[in-house]
Amino acid sequence: MVGRLSRRLAHGALLLLCSVFLSYVIASAALSPRAYFEDRQPRPSAATVNHELALLGTDDRTPVLARFGQWSWRAVHGDLGRTVDGDAVNAEFGRRIGVSTRLLLIGTLVGTGLGVLAGVWAAVRRHRLPDRALTVFSFLVLSVPTFVLALLFKEGALWFNQSAGHTVIRYTGERTPGLTGSLATHVKDRAVHLALPAATVALCAVASYSRYQRAATLDVLGSDHLRTAQAKGLTPGRALLRHGLRTSLIPLTTFFSFGFLTLFTGAVFTEQIFGWPGMGSWFMESAQKGDINSVVAVNLFAAVTVLLAGFVADVLHAVLDPRVRSR
Amino acid sequence: MTAPTVLEVKDLRVSYGDAGGRALPVVRGVGFTLRRGEVLGLVGESGAGKTATALALLGLLPPGARAGGSARLLGTELIGLPVRELARLRGRHIAMVFQDPLAAFNPAQRVGDQIGEALRIHQRPRPTGELARRRAMELLEGVRVPDPARVARSYPHELSGGLRQRAMIAMAIANAPDVIVADEPTSALDATVQAQVLDALDGARRATGAALLLVSHDLGVIAGTADRVAVMYAGRIVETAPVDALFATPRMPYTLGLLGSVPRPDAAVPLTPIPGTPPAPGGAGPGCAFAPRCPLVAAQCRTEEPRLAGSAGHLAACVRQDALAECSAAGLFPASAPPRRTPPGGAPLLRVTGLAKSYPLPGRSAALGRRRPRQRRLALERVDLEVRRGETVALVGESGSGKTSTLMEIIALGAPESGSIEIAGYDTSALSRADVRRLRGAVQILVQDPMASLDPRMRVADLVAEPLHAQRYPKAAIAAKVPELLRRVGLDASDAERRPHRFSGGQRQRIALARALAVGPELLLLDEPVSALDVSVQAGILDLLRRLRAEHGPACLFVTHDLAVVRQIADRVVVMYGGRTVESGAVPDVFGAPRHPYTRALLSAVPLPDPPAARARVRVVLPGEPPEAAERSAGCRFRGRCPVYAALGVERTRCEQVTPVPVGADPLSGHTAACHFPHDTEGAPGRLGSEPEEHPPVR
Amino acid sequence: MSAGPTSTERSTETLVLRGRGASTGRALLRSPRALAGLALVAALFVLAYAGPYLTRWSYTDIDYTALRGAPSADHWMGTSRIGQDLFAQTVRGLQKSLLIGALVALASTALGAAFGTCAGYFGGWVDRVLMFVVDLMLVIPGFLLLVLLAPRLRGFGWPAFAGLLAALGWMITARAVRIMTLSLRERPFVAAARHMGVGPFRIIARHVLPHLASFLITDATVAVAAAVISETGLSYFGFGVQPPDVSLGTLIASGTDVALTCPWMFFFPAGLLLLFVLAVHLVGDALRDVLDIGSDRAGALR
Repeated sequence: MVGRLSRRLAHGALLLLCSVFLSYVIASAALSPRAYFEDRQPRPSAATVNHELALLGTDDRTPVLARFGQWSWRAVHGDLGRTVDGDAVNAEFGRRIGVSTRLLLIGTLVGTGLGVLAGVWAAVRRHRLPDRALTVFSFLVLSVPTFVLALLFKEGALWFNQSAGHTVIRYTGERTPGLTGSLATHVKDRAVHLALPAATVALCAVASYSRYQRAATLDVLGSDHLRTAQAKGLTPGRALLRHGLRTSLIPLTTFFSFGFLTLFTGAVFTEQIFGWPGMGSWFMESAQKGDINSVVAVNLFAAVTVLLAGFVADVLHAVLDPRVRSR
Repeated sequence: MTAPTVLEVKDLRVSYGDAGGRALPVVRGVGFTLRRGEVLGLVGESGAGKTATALALLGLLPPGARAGGSARLLGTELIGLPVRELARLRGRHIAMVFQDPLAAFNPAQRVGDQIGEALRIHQRPRPTGELARRRAMELLEGVRVPDPARVARSYPHELSGGLRQRAMIAMAIANAPDVIVADEPTSALDATVQAQVLDALDGARRATGAALLLVSHDLGVIAGTADRVAVMYAGRIVETAPVDALFATPRMPYTLGLLGSVPRPDAAVPLTPIPGTPPAPGGAGPGCAFAPRCPLVAAQCRTEEPRLAGSAGHLAACVRQDALAECSAAGLFPASAPPRRTPPGGAPLLRVTGLAKSYPLPGRSAALGRRRPRQRRLALERVDLEVRRGETVALVGESGSGKTSTLMEIIALGAPESGSIEIAGYDTSALSRADVRRLRGAVQILVQDPMASLDPRMRVADLVAEPLHAQRYPKAAIAAKVPELLRRVGLDASDAERRPHRFSGGQRQRIALARALAVGPELLLLDEPVSALDVSVQAGILDLLRRLRAEHGPACLFVTHDLAVVRQIADRVVVMYGGRTVESGAVPDVFGAPRHPYTRALLSAVPLPDPPAARARVRVVLPGEPPEAAERSAGCRFRGRCPVYAALGVERTRCEQVTPVPVGADPLSGHTAACHFPHDTEGAPGRLGSEPEEHPPVR
Repeated sequence: MSAGPTSTERSTETLVLRGRGASTGRALLRSPRALAGLALVAALFVLAYAGPYLTRWSYTDIDYTALRGAPSADHWMGTSRIGQDLFAQTVRGLQKSLLIGALVALASTALGAAFGTCAGYFGGWVDRVLMFVVDLMLVIPGFLLLVLLAPRLRGFGWPAFAGLLAALGWMITARAVRIMTLSLRERPFVAAARHMGVGPFRIIARHVLPHLASFLITDATVAVAAAVISETGLSYFGFGVQPPDVSLGTLIASGTDVALTCPWMFFFPAGLLLLFVLAVHLVGDALRDVLDIGSDRAGALR
């Protein structure tokens, strides 16, 4: 079991290495920091541009492999380089990581939790009102692209604020700048800001997780071991509770690692639309500026979280299912 | 003195809803009574309604099914009882043993806890977890599980099939129920393990005094276990009688045919295939459901469904009971092939010598490109066998003995890991591409599940033509050959346009056989070709194989776990154990005087469809389980379960240190056994010193 | 060992239920969900391709007399802030989105099928290499790569963009196909064909792919929705379809900040997008039921 997980970790590390390399090469090929510098007003001289590029380690006259070598040498020592604006990527990374992780974590936890509950509920009440309502709900949500959903929320909040006459729902940024007051005020402020983005991310997750959990629960409801539990004298409800839930969660762990990819993309959109200073919006801004170092840093973050989600899914799978433990 | 009735079933009816919302009757008025301590065998072929009857009693029918009629357990009506009250009875007064214990146990909970839960549901005051665990271990001990503490701690997938089923029995009897319903409790198990499980079931029943409803398709199991038997056909009980009377003087043509189609391990007799197939649910009637297949059918049979009638507890739903009295099974349902023949002699077509095959142990991958030497497990250690032209050789053994692996090594037509395979004079380790193509035509294989081996998306004509295309036959020749092949296996040429799912199991196996015969193979490999079929259908396929053999068909290597089938079809038999050949010889010799202790045990575990003979027989119940494929080791693999070894004194070191090799006469014609202490031809155990010791034991 | 006679019996039942072309079609037409979905998809396609001929405005025309005009008899969906006819623009955008969606779905499903069957059927190092590629491409969210690469391919127009979407969207299909191929490879009828000497690619074509057909059809259907969502999302953020060409994404983007004052500029394109994705999901879900694939794709993703 420990061997299996450590093998997964080694595999993950290899994937991480390759993906960082790949994203560095792709970013270097696709982005042009030179153009960013040359577009500055007043237009800097070629020598200045070359100097700036060399400082960043993104001079396109050096072969990409050599640049990657320099970048990774620094990265191994804990320095992810500088942004095109001259700030340390590490500092920017530190500022933004909390914002994104909060959104991802809340989205994942709320989405998975509610999704599982809703799925089980729908399966138990299948073909009755709760099931049908949930089906319609998840169909609708799954049919609205995340960015449209976020926009709808935003417009809805705007409309609501306008009709209320003052700002009830704050949806821009993750906190009110320059807010003073006690800790409670700050917490409340953040919570208000969090509501809509978190709801956007979580809603998409609830819609898809509930569909999968419903199917998994239906499978378990028809399984032999649940019939055995009833033959022992458990009522159907208790049988599902004691023997069905755990087994029905097993297939979900596999879905979890893939669902996380969708969730991540959704979070990028959401950050961008709600103006959250997180990894997603950083990525978009950097991509437009041709900021290779920042783009690679966000890709690194993405790869690590995706791999982490996969690893968590693996651990959960092993915890839930003794059959994989002995494998 | 008659014991009190515990379960009384009257006019039980079950129907399943089909996709269109119609109700399909699968049980149509079943009635029986069970008395305390009694064993009632409910026997029938697939689709007869046995399982639906059993599930209806516990209220565990799948959603969409409806039950009607009456089933009274100790006076309480079960049909229509609210779920909460039913739950109070289930597990305490009526318990069930399911067919597939791997699926029936919760995969994510320890076996001991699952047994303990059965106690904690019903016992008041509710036992503590500790007490329940202890009781669970006692229950496991009660069903003769070795090392109950380990089993209780295990998860279901960590146990062998036999242990799982015994744990399931322990769980069923946890609350000393009044009725145990066992649905095909041994149908997926090896004969030796089946004997252990039936023993455990019998012991459990005696210990609790429960009545047992034993549902099975296996007449051999029923003959050895039941007090009374009820035969089901198309959702009804068509005959019921005390076990001896039913087997001796069946009063319903179906029962007679069914009994006649069961192969016996003690004699080669013609089997009686029952023509036709049972009606689909809802397709029976208006008259007797068996009338379309019955040779004794009268006009009255087609209009009115007969009721059970008779005397002295022997009832049959047949109006021709009197006419049946003068009939024999073979007379009523004649077979087409001659049962006996002289085995062909001549040069070997297939010669396998010292064949070995091992697999890497799973779980260790070459991550990061670092390869470490993996542990390997041996599927085959040393297999020797020969098949002559036109001969049928059976390869037998328990699951995991390496039978199928041997077939797969032969059909692979590649170089074996060690040893050699020679087919029609070609050594498979040195074949050119052209040789391989030629041999692909000369060797064909027929596998257990005919549905699985036929691509469901292809027409029968394309299926049968596929090997001909692969051998590059011209199109015109193929078109001419297909109808002829279908006729040869007893199908209609018009069947060629249909797809395999339109056919019954037996017909599908005929299609598969037509396909295997298409290119005129010299050697036909058969992997459990009849074990997925009902006995009456199986009899038809065995009859067909015999007829093909009489028509100078290919030589056959026939892999099976069923020794009774071997007796009917094979000229010679090769017995495998743990990847090694342990005994081989002509079928009458090996069955008449088995020399290896394993063969003796295997033979004695085969259920006999003959109640007095089954009772009179001395059974060698082997302890333990068939071995998992193991690492290479010295000595005899069987010694851990061997009764001869157990009785030996100091001589047993020889079994521990020297790997036995086949001894006996000329390996081609003679009877050999790979045992240091083989039984002699009179059946007495051999003694030390009968063979000179060539290699002194190594210290 | 034998699993008893019941196993064959059960497999017969499922196979009888498993539809071939005609019966699948009939079953689909019986499902109200599928009917509604199919009708909607058809209607949207008609709208997208017939729409431009219904109005006298082209999507590039500018009506200086009507800036930010509300829907009217002249401009059925109103006009944009610079006076473009929104109906003409929306049907043009719909056309582009549907075309890209359909092509991407087709291409990515085909890629997934090719990778998956080869990895599953050949096993060994072929499998290991292909699956490493899949894993690698799954580690970085494809959207990020799209954002990076799409501007570079701008010069090649929307087909290059569609190709990029397909190239980054086949991995999950490939994994599912691989798992199914692994089990198909062990099915006796495939083994039987091998034993008869049928070649590997012929086996994949004749015995493996036909059995994956129902999965692939359903997968492609759902992939259309996914592709349209990706396309509009990217275009919304300015990385996809470029002006003067329009897609639903660019229209939504330009309508967003005036959604409350000029709701037609936001809600017509967004509504059509929603309708289309919903319709595709309805068809996909009905197909999944009819073809008996099981709504749990995760099970095949191990």
